[in-house]
This record gives sequence, structure tokens and C-alpha cells, in this order.
Amino acid sequence: MDRDRISREEVRYLAGLARLRLSEGETETFAVQLNRILSYMEKLNELDTSRVEPMSHVVGMSNAFREDAVQESFSQEEALQNAPEREGGFFKVPRIVKG
Amino acid sequence: MELRGLTIHALREMLVRREVSSVEVVQAFFRRIEKIDPQIHAYLVVARKEALEQARRADEAIESGGDLPALCGVPLAIKDILCTRGIRTTCGSAILADYIPPYDATVVQRLKAQGAVILGKVNMDEFAMGSSTENSCFGPTRNPWSLERVPGGSSGGCAAAVAADTCAGAIGSDTGGSIREPASFCGVVGLKPTYGRVSRYGLVAFASSLDQVGPMTKDVEDAAILLKAICGFDPRDSTSAKVEVPDFRRSLVRDVKGLRLGIPKEYFIEGMDPDVERVLDKTIGLFEELGARCTTISLPHTAYAQAAYYIISTAEASSNLARYDGVKYGHRCQGYGGIIDMYEKTRTEGFGAEVKRRIMLGTYALSAGYYDAYYRKATQVRRLVKQDFDDAFEVVDVILAPTCPTPAFPIGEKTEDPLQMYLMDVFTIPVNMAGIPGISIPCGFSRDRLPIGLQLLGRSFDEKTLLQTAYTFEQETGVYLERPPID
Repeated sequence: MDRDRISREEVRYLAGLARLRLSEGETETFAVQLNRILSYMEKLNELDTSRVEPMSHVVGMSNAFREDAVQESFSQEEALQNAPEREGGFFKVPRIVKG
Repeated sequence: MELRGLTIHALREMLVRREVSSVEVVQAFFRRIEKIDPQIHAYLVVARKEALEQARRADEAIESGGDLPALCGVPLAIKDILCTRGIRTTCGSAILADYIPPYDATVVQRLKAQGAVILGKVNMDEFAMGSSTENSCFGPTRNPWSLERVPGGSSGGCAAAVAADTCAGAIGSDTGGSIREPASFCGVVGLKPTYGRVSRYGLVAFASSLDQVGPMTKDVEDAAILLKAICGFDPRDSTSAKVEVPDFRRSLVRDVKGLRLGIPKEYFIEGMDPDVERVLDKTIGLFEELGARCTTISLPHTAYAQAAYYIISTAEASSNLARYDGVKYGHRCQGYGGIIDMYEKTRTEGFGAEVKRRIMLGTYALSAGYYDAYYRKATQVRRLVKQDFDDAFEVVDVILAPTCPTPAFPIGEKTEDPLQMYLMDVFTIPVNMAGIPGISIPCGFSRDRLPIGLQLLGRSFDEKTLLQTAYTFEQETGVYLERPPID
């Protein structure tokens, strides 16, 4: 087995960044699978891309501006209709600021 | 009424001549769904009330005569990744299991404006991440040609419903092959338009620089009809292209004389599935007989497209899926300490294993210290992949290749090995990386009588040449007329 590109510890750290919680079993499985996938991706290092401009998009992207005009939009009720919790016309979340 | 093999264009003729009403057609489809769908599980929602209402309105329009819109009274299935106002839209995920959009995707809006009837929403891999529809939180869809096999994915519900004749046609989406691969596995036509051709507004985002919506149908003429109905500039999608929308039906001409057809040698490799090889060889032979000029070409970076794709698409996905936090819509966990605890529990409960794996991979590729080695490198390789196609289209008009390395595989065969699953998309992914259009049409069968797909690729915004090439082959061979044994 070749060297690990990503350790169990890094898998746990990444899960934190992604706001996911992994069990010990999942951490182990993901570590093995991600290592396999990442080692496959190292194939890209066979290519010399030092002179290649990165391309993040196929269409030449520039800002798509529009007139700053009033348009139809969702009503407050429509915007809130899927909220898991609401109160007085607002989305309700647990306390964020310590008071 | 006979629904087997019923195309959109044939149905429209019958509706216009008033041989049948849209309400009757819709009810016939409901009966067929009741009878067939329990075996294949394509539908997640059958929108009975709304569909009948739309059908009644179509019948009124037909009754009053005059110019009828292109899809007047035609029942379609929609992949559950497109928002439908008032109809549950889950994206195959527990995190959206109860989501009812307050708006229609632009594509859905356009279909309705053309008189289409939305029969229901169909199954898919969670967030379109998969090649088999086994990653749906609602359970897998089965292939109508062999119930023990996958229908392909991620638009597996669309492909299975079209093949099983439980809809007249369907709308899917394709990020790395998700229209073409299931079309190939189920023996239907699947078209991924040029990036920017079809609005992504209301399409639940997976990898925004690659996602594209397209038709899945029983023949090429239907693909042309549906494409015409859904494409065009949309100010609500900042990547929507301001280009003219041709009447794609004009390209339904049986003629490939003098067409320069490129056969990429990287797609015909040692050890390819013998059935796929045999059927593709025969296909190339037929094109030559019909007067096309076939030449071998090279797309030298093909072998690298896969790795680059899984970096770019997961990076974009990890960012796009950050929105599922249990605040504004979607699932929220029960019982939590603070906000971070709520985020983590909500996402951990709501996402399936493949989605988590890809979020992790994308987070890694974008994280400090790895960004240059992975994400930046992948975007450089993406340019090389696109350059390959640009060079090829200097000397050929259309590229011909298999859609998939194999016919449909058995359910469960690749679920434990994500990398094996990823390799199913090896021939479809470069197309999304380059943004060009591609179509898969049925071109033959394996010895086990499983459909095999032919993939045709064209220049950006040249869907017309693709459709003409596909139409000529289809009409010459009639492979598309074969129906699966399910009934």
C-alpha cells in the first residue's frame, strides 16, 4: 500500500470544515476511499501545465449586470413557507451572539 | 390507448386531430404508471391533480382551435432536480425530502407555456451525484430491460420512465454524463446541450460550471422538439447564452453524405467491452456506407479529464451544498446545543454517503495548502481537454464514440467502490469539461439484450449537425423502435 495522502486526523479536520460529523467507522472508510481517489488524481502530475492558463469556466465570464429596477419577488409568506422554524415573519435560529 | 413507443410528435398529431383528449392520455399514463412503476420505481411523485388540470386546459385550447403551442397536452416526466412550484422537489436527498418550491425552474415554466403536462417527478442519484440512481435516498430505480440492473444515472428515473413508456418524454440534467449514460443504459435518446443553451435557473446546483438541462426521449425528433421548447436566453441565469435558437426540427434530414466524422482513438481502447466494440464497429461501417467520411482522430488528454473533473465538480459541489444548513428550507435536526451543533447534525442526518464523500473531496481540493496542487491544476487540465476538442473540430464536423464503456451493470455491483463507479463516466465527462453538446442514441444490443448507446459530439451551439447525424442513423437502423420486455 502506498503512502497516505490524507490521514485520519485530516479527515476529521475536513469534516469539521464541511460541517459534517463522522463516526469512527465512517472516518476510517472515508480515509481509505479518499486516499484511493486522491492517488488516482495524481495522474494529473504527469502533465506539464506550467504554461497553461487555468480555465474555471467555458464561457468567458464577466459580470452580468442588470438594471437596478424593482421586480416581482417572493412574498414574505412564500420566502418563509419552507422554513424549519419561524417566528414573527423571521427565520428562527438558535442564539448566535452570547448575551 | 396504446402507450408503448408513443412519441411526442405522434401524440401531438393525435391530439390535434382530436383522436384522443389530453385528459384521456394523462389518465392512460396514470394507469400505466400504477401497473409498471412499482417494478421500476422511476416516479417519486405523481402530480395527479395538477396534471389533470393542465390536461383539461390543453383540451380547452385544442377545442377552441387556432395555433397550438408545441407541447399542447403532452405528458412529461421531470427529473426531481428541477424546481416545480407547489410540487415536492427532493433532488433524491433526505435534506430536501419535504421541500415544496415556491417557484418553477425556467425550464419548467417554458414547458408549461408550451402546453406541456407535468406528470410527475422522477428519481435520481442524490444531488445528481452518481451513475446508477442507487444513491437516491428513496431507493434505486430499476432498468426496464433487466430489472436486476441499474438504469444508469444520475437521470435514471427519466431514462427508465421513457423506456418503460410511463411518460411521453422527460427532462434530465447532465453534469458529467447524467443524461447520456442512463440514455445509453435504457436504450433512449438523451441530449446534453451546449453549456449556456438552457437556463439553469431553478435547477438545484451540483457543479455550476458543468450542469446543463436536456431532453430524454424515444426518438431524435422528440429531442429536437423538447430542446426547442426549453432553450433560449434567460436573464435569471448569468451564464445563459445570448444566441439564436434555431428550429431544430429543420435538421431532421436523412443525409450524412460528406459529413466528416472523427473517431477518437482514445475512446476505442484495448480491453473494451466486446459487445460495445462490435456494435460500434458496425455503426461506423454504416456511416461509411451512407457516405460519411470517417477518420481516426486523437483527443490526447482524454485520460486526464476524469481526474480533473472529480476535482472541479466536487470543489463546486462543496461550495454549492454549503447552503443546506437547516435555516431557510430543507431538513433541520431535532435537539441541538448551539448553531454549529445544529449545522453539523442537520447536514450529517440529511446527506447520504456519496454526497458526504464528494463534499469532503471538494473541501480538501479547495483547502489551504492543496488548492494549487488540486483545484488549480484541474482547471489547467480542463483547458487542455477543451483545446483537444477545438483542434479536432478544425478537421471533423462530428465526433463519434461509445457513450459508456459497458452496458448496464447489476444493481449493487459498484456501490462499495466509488472509483469504479466514477470510471463509468470516462467517455461523457470530457464533453462537460469542454461545454460542447453531446447526444446518446440507441445503436444496438449486447448478447444479453441490453441496449448500447452511440455518442455523437459537436461544436458548441451546433446541436443541428448532431441532430441530423443522429436522425440519419436512427432512421436507417430503427434500433430505437425496440421496446423493453416490461409490460
